[in-house]
Amino acid sequence: MLRVRNIEAGYGKVKVLRRVSLHVSPGEIVTIIGANGAGKTTLLKSIAGLLRTWSGEIRFRDKDITNGAPESIVALGCVLVPEGRQVFSTMTVRENLELGATVRYKREPKEAIQDDLNRVFELFPRLKERQGQLAGTLSGGEQQMLAIGRALMSGAELIMMDEPSMGLAPVIVKEIFRIISELRKQGKTILLVEQNAKAALSISDRGYVIETGRIVLQEPAEALLENRDVQRAYLGRDLDAEVEI
Amino acid sequence: MNLDLLFQYIAAGLTYGFIYAIVAIGFNIIYNTTGIINFAQGEFVMLGSMIAISLHPFMPLFPAIVLAVVITMLIGAIMEIAFFRWIESPTILRMIIITIGLSILIREAALAIWGENVRALPYFTGNEVTSVSILGARVSPQVLWVVGVCSVTVLALQAFFKFTRYGWQMRACAVNRDAARLCGIKAKNMVTLSFMLSAGIGALAGCVVSPITYSQYNMGVPLAIKGFTVAILGGLGNYLAAVAGGIVLGIIESFSVWVLPSAYKDSIAIGILLIILFFRPGGLFGSKEELALKEF
Repeated sequence: MLRVRNIEAGYGKVKVLRRVSLHVSPGEIVTIIGANGAGKTTLLKSIAGLLRTWSGEIRFRDKDITNGAPESIVALGCVLVPEGRQVFSTMTVRENLELGATVRYKREPKEAIQDDLNRVFELFPRLKERQGQLAGTLSGGEQQMLAIGRALMSGAELIMMDEPSMGLAPVIVKEIFRIISELRKQGKTILLVEQNAKAALSISDRGYVIETGRIVLQEPAEALLENRDVQRAYLGRDLDAEVEI
Repeated sequence: MNLDLLFQYIAAGLTYGFIYAIVAIGFNIIYNTTGIINFAQGEFVMLGSMIAISLHPFMPLFPAIVLAVVITMLIGAIMEIAFFRWIESPTILRMIIITIGLSILIREAALAIWGENVRALPYFTGNEVTSVSILGARVSPQVLWVVGVCSVTVLALQAFFKFTRYGWQMRACAVNRDAARLCGIKAKNMVTLSFMLSAGIGALAGCVVSPITYSQYNMGVPLAIKGFTVAILGGLGNYLAAVAGGIVLGIIESFSVWVLPSAYKDSIAIGILLIILFFRPGGLFGSKEELALKEF
């Protein structure tokens, strides 16, 4: 569904991504883990079109989307839930959600959009209760739900999420990951970037490890969870240091 | 001071106040979608009234005004497409300097086309000496036109942003441009739309005020300064605060004539601008926190 080949990108003269390649197949949940500053967000921004790539190629459903405009990439069905949620804080929950469907108003009947709105409300009953409230007054978890809901409204098949669990209480994090698995059941494909590697990998099919702008490891999620280096670096557990009693 | 005179001053203050508010709203629309201050805003006001005056001999007053507004909107759109849209990674300062250049360019073009003559549209109803009596004050019906048209414009704008899809999209761009693009909103088109909108309402303001203040190729400069003062006074980006700010400035100016020689009238706006910038840079209604997040 998504194929990224040898892309390089960065800010100003600083190169952040070095020949990064990855792919995501339909129906998968794929997680990218890595330390702060490894280039995870840069990678998602490049795919979504917010950042120009320097070289390489990005294909989505066999269409070249390299350096396409963000608005046309969403229209093709590849949406990003940005880091830090970035809801339209001075607008209501309802307005935020309807804006998420911007790419569909011209090509789809209103009923289809209304159906999706109801589906988002089913997934996040809290948003339904608060649809008239300003998005900026929601709690962090609710804002994250709104950001995900807004992305779902675009009708995209591939949903990229940048640190959806960042800064949220453990209960809410659990809820968010439950919803991500639920989305896959509804037929969505998900590319996830997470600091919370353990939780993310446990719901994923495959994982990539990114270090200083390079993909250093690519394995099924269970294998990564078992991998000693990964455990030491990202899962906060050091098997070699643990003493057997 | 007797009561009649008081109302007279208030009526005069309101007239100018609404015009300042409209210019300030023009500033705000573009500021909200792009973060830049469009210093050519006053030129839109001038263009609107001058074009309407030129069209008037060929058609009745109201079609002339409508056509002038449409033409000015097109000029606004062309301005954005020609000078802003193609800039790869625009810095705010660079764009502001472009607007200053454009304002000079438009003014010089207007001087070449219309010369230095002072012109005016005819009064919409009645003539220079017609007046109606409100609370004992004698006011020209044109004052009612100004207040009426400006109020309707503000309300229509408010409804546009609240209830229409394009209004929402423009607001979304104003809050968070990148997030708006990720939702599929064509941010560049929203910028063009914002230039058209503020050109249109500027032109409309120019037309209604023309019979009272007269029009000349350089009428935009003082209006831009006062509109800018009002936009800062209310807090940049806030439409309703701009209306309040406009009325405050209009009334202060109008009453200043009572205590100061009228030659000092124009210096009042600058004085207020300086005081605000020193003591409340976020505007009367703006918050410090909000200001800290803004680039300008």
